[in-house]
Amino acid sequence: MPSIEASNLSKKYGSFTAVSNLNLKIEGTKCVGFLGPNGAGKTTTLKMFTDLIRPSSGEALINGVNVHKQKKKALESVGTLIEMPEIYPALTPREALTMIAEIRGVPKAERKRRVEEAVSEVRMGEWIDKRVSKFSKGMKQRICVASAILSDPRVILLDEPTMGLDPRGMSEVRDIIKSLKNKKRLIFMSSHLLSEVSDVCDEVAIIDHGKLIVYDTLFNVTAKVSGGENVVEIGLRNTVDVELVNKIAEKLPYIVKAEKSDGTTFRIEFSGGLDIQERILTDLVKMKIGIVSYRPSSSALEGAYLSLIKNTL
Amino acid sequence: MTETTIGSNNKVPSSLTQVGITMKYTLLDYIRSRRFYIMLTIAIVISAILTFVVGYYRPESFLATDLSFYSGWWGNIATYVIVLSGIFFGGDAISGEFQNKTGYFGIPNPIRRSSIYIGKWLSALIASTVILVVFAAITVGNGLYYFPSVPSEFGLSLLFAWFYLIAVLGFTFFFSSLFKSSSMSIIVTAILFLFAFNIIQLFVANFAQIEPWFMLSYGAQIIGNILTVPYPQHQVVTTFGLGGESGAGLGGISMTTFNAQIPVGLAIIGIYFIVTAILGLVLFERKEFTG
Repeated sequence: MPSIEASNLSKKYGSFTAVSNLNLKIEGTKCVGFLGPNGAGKTTTLKMFTDLIRPSSGEALINGVNVHKQKKKALESVGTLIEMPEIYPALTPREALTMIAEIRGVPKAERKRRVEEAVSEVRMGEWIDKRVSKFSKGMKQRICVASAILSDPRVILLDEPTMGLDPRGMSEVRDIIKSLKNKKRLIFMSSHLLSEVSDVCDEVAIIDHGKLIVYDTLFNVTAKVSGGENVVEIGLRNTVDVELVNKIAEKLPYIVKAEKSDGTTFRIEFSGGLDIQERILTDLVKMKIGIVSYRPSSSALEGAYLSLIKNTL
Repeated sequence: MTETTIGSNNKVPSSLTQVGITMKYTLLDYIRSRRFYIMLTIAIVISAILTFVVGYYRPESFLATDLSFYSGWWGNIATYVIVLSGIFFGGDAISGEFQNKTGYFGIPNPIRRSSIYIGKWLSALIASTVILVVFAAITVGNGLYYFPSVPSEFGLSLLFAWFYLIAVLGFTFFFSSLFKSSSMSIIVTAILFLFAFNIIQLFVANFAQIEPWFMLSYGAQIIGNILTVPYPQHQVVTTFGLGGESGAGLGGISMTTFNAQIPVGLAIIGIYFIVTAILGLVLFERKEFTG
């Protein structure tokens, strides 16, 4: 089972403490969002997991192996994207990714296929043999995403993976992350985009002033802050009828509140955890109201985030 | 240096293999870069100017003997070509990993930092050697036009020049590890090699009358000295003054010149390489990608 663990992990720069005794263990195949305000210590933590910086004390472990004592072993099945890396400008994506594939030990017979698949997955197929020096930031970011997934790693560490991408690119990267989730990977990603996290992640870890505030499932985090209530957003095929929303609120007892959000979506506030969430979905499907999407509300996560961060000020 | 097997059929190669991988792709980047062609052009332009000057003016100092030709042409210029190559290919080799953020692409992989450092160093050595070989080939081409054969001393000089190139690259990589700014590391290295070392060497020898055995540029003298027969004396005192040639006792000025002997020169080059390579490697291992 893939895992990453920060054990009493600290990073100090003189008198400034960027990360303070961070203890966080993530196990299994899931996507965990790593949230926090600017300067909270997210990137510093990810850099300690990837040998870009050294911890002042404590350990960063990947699959139980200390990154700073046995780097090669710790990172052998890890794909990373930290900040916005640059690629040697005179190389083409094919060459740059083949270099990474060789370093990561992808078998020679598979290298060409894997490189082409990874480039195709980030929609850069037609640029595969053009020099990177001609690329925009967004194009380079796509290649770096390809580099993170190239060797089919079990653990993927991403630092704001959609930064620098246009809306289409952001959506495509989110789709890639979702597909990786389906392939049973452990994904740990930092992001400032709460909607992105609630769309993609199963769990969240919130950090502020270098300290872990909370690590739990998305639902539990939002529930804790909203006094045990969660919010889901339901998208319909057709325009939402207010009467229908009221009828749903009356019919399903565990719903605290239901209201129309915009043209084709409405929100349901409910008490309880994942079991209740599942029951709501089952009941709504039975009602045949034309559901096309069902997901935790990003505004609920935003509310929880703001409340938790405010509490630490 | 053993291979590590992981869950899938990937097999992380040994550190030595990873040195080769880094070298291959960095070299590809160097060979395609503008700086490689600029350096090549500089070497060719210098050679073209010398070809014209020697061919047109036929200076006696160049054409007296085959050794004087190689001494005047190669012995005077090769060190500058080497230093420029070192600055071009090594000046920002490591600092660029930080400033240009290419380190974020390579380092978070199952590879030791030392493999990246050594791989990059080897690619810089190969690229610089190509430049040096081009300059040497043009030198030999011109030499064969004026003299029937190439003196054996030139072979030794070429070998010493290559050793010097190794030490210069060790030094430039060390300075490149010291700074996070590419331009800063290039400028400081250029100032040191093109001006500071020569000035310090001049002052130390002439005013303190101490053999500058601690200067890399002093060790590099063996590249030109080997082309002088007989080999220059270790210490030469030249006196200029009022009383004719000797001038001594009449208010004359004495100039002391030291000439590095071959064992000393090789030792200086070797020690500079070993010390700067180790320091540079340690710095790169410890340096953090902050900011």
